[in-house]
Amino acid sequence: MSTASATTADLKPMPQGRSLMSDALARLKKDRLAILCTAIIVIYALIALAAQFGLIATPWDVVVGKAYQPPSFDSLPLCLGTDIFGRSVFYKVIHGTRIAMSVGLVASLISIPIGVFLGAIAGYFGGWIDELVVWFYTTLSSIPNIMLLVAITFALGKGLTAIYFALGSTAWIGLARVIRGEFIKHKNRDYVIAADSLGATHASRIFKHILPNVSHFVIINLSLQFVSAIKSEVILSFLGLGVQGQPSWGVMIDDAKLELSRGVWWQLAGATIGMFFVVLAFNILGDSLRDALDPKIK
Amino acid sequence: MFVHIVRKLIGVIPIIFGVALVIFILLNVVGGDPTYQMVGKHATVHQIEELRHEYGFDLPKPVQFVQYLKQIVTFDYGRSYATKQRISDMIVGGIGPTLTLAIPAFILTTFIALCIGLLVAYYRGKWIDKVTVVFCVFGMSLSSLAYILFGQYFFAYKLGWFPISGYESGMLERFQYVAMPILIWVIVSLGYDVRFFRTAILEETNQDYVRTARAKGLTEPRVFFKHVLKNSMVPIVTNIVIEIPLLILGSFLLESFFGIPGLGSITMDAIHNSDFPVIKAMTTLQSLLFIFGNLATDVIYTLVDPRVKLS
Repeated sequence: MSTASATTADLKPMPQGRSLMSDALARLKKDRLAILCTAIIVIYALIALAAQFGLIATPWDVVVGKAYQPPSFDSLPLCLGTDIFGRSVFYKVIHGTRIAMSVGLVASLISIPIGVFLGAIAGYFGGWIDELVVWFYTTLSSIPNIMLLVAITFALGKGLTAIYFALGSTAWIGLARVIRGEFIKHKNRDYVIAADSLGATHASRIFKHILPNVSHFVIINLSLQFVSAIKSEVILSFLGLGVQGQPSWGVMIDDAKLELSRGVWWQLAGATIGMFFVVLAFNILGDSLRDALDPKIK
Repeated sequence: MFVHIVRKLIGVIPIIFGVALVIFILLNVVGGDPTYQMVGKHATVHQIEELRHEYGFDLPKPVQFVQYLKQIVTFDYGRSYATKQRISDMIVGGIGPTLTLAIPAFILTTFIALCIGLLVAYYRGKWIDKVTVVFCVFGMSLSSLAYILFGQYFFAYKLGWFPISGYESGMLERFQYVAMPILIWVIVSLGYDVRFFRTAILEETNQDYVRTARAKGLTEPRVFFKHVLKNSMVPIVTNIVIEIPLLILGSFLLESFFGIPGLGSITMDAIHNSDFPVIKAMTTLQSLLFIFGNLATDVIYTLVDPRVKLS
């Protein structure tokens, strides 16, 4: 065997390099539990969208039976019984899904850009910018989250918009911490120094070079944010600070407080079950995402 | 060491200032003038003016902010709108019932969660570990409201094992009232705590020194109890210590559901009555406890862990 006669055709092709994302995706595809959870979340999202556009469970506020009718198999709206006004509990659970998913989505859409941006500039520039950002999030995280949410909803007036804003403006803290830590780690790595020597601007180094390398933390964070947004919405609505005049799981549980002693359990059961599966799915998916994306624990 | 503590104390000041600023902006600036809510629809202009003057809402905002800072330092938060009581008296009166519930609940939760956490971390990957993790995630995914409502309805109302709600301040009588809330507290927090402790211990088992310990022929129990456990105590103790100052706040859901007249119930009533001074006082107090709890943890660390540098 002579190496001199070897042509390029004899050489084995270089193995295709795989990115962290494609690697993680391949790992997630093998994780059946993660796929199941994704499916559950997609179903919840579809239900929420369908309810939003009036395709299902409309109108939710019509009388479909007697007051406090127990669950029965007579028709779909009656499968979870009726509330005090004879409205379908099943329809209310569906509209509660719409509220919960929208709160999770909007809160994430507000908090992710804030968290990424503040975390990135704090970690990248250091100095007084870092001190200011750290001071800001330490201050906010020193106020117990539920009290901060209560104060914000008091300041803005009760309602869904206040909830969106309250959750969006507090949920970025955890993400900003993580992103800041990653930027501190990355900013002196060779590839960033190389980019610098090629004349890359600060903005280009932050957003084009470093950010793609730490963006998987955003995805891991996303499922955690959904869980806490959904749970917070339920607590705030339960306290009477949240959604007004619309069915929400928190409002339903608040109603159930007085109904239980009359033996009316289905409103509590409906809201609890509706909430349980989506929170469970996000919890498990969050773990799977972390396992798949965070190479440290591999 | 002394210098270090003093420096830490000074470092806390901007945080406290920031907290006060955020609370003030939210409740006194953005939240607007609460007098209109207090006097109702049929108040005269004169009544409103009088009340504004009484509570100092007619003063410029910076002056109000300085007054609020003074309140924080002197622990005198004025009077409640709803009950007209002095808020500092309300707080002092609420601490007893809150701690009656919080301390036993916290100790029980931590003890049980640590035991289970240790057990499943030792048998990691075996069926007992897997089953426990599944239970934890299920438990975490249920709303805490569901636990409270179910517990109150089933064990207190249906079976009559516990009082449905109420409180007596007698040294022994009080425990029949807090028994059910304690049980619910433990069950609600067990999922999080077990998972946290398990993860904290397992993260240590992947370290190099564990491999070294195994390589030199130590038995598995010895590796686990002598090496892994000792090192995983750092995150575990932090997690425990950091929760202690927050115990004074209690659980406002549990307290208000079971009629325990602690700080949680006071907060809950204040939220329902839009009682701004009480909400402000409770939020401030809780934040201060959190800040100083963190500080205490920090100081304990520098005393205990030689790796923490005193720069």
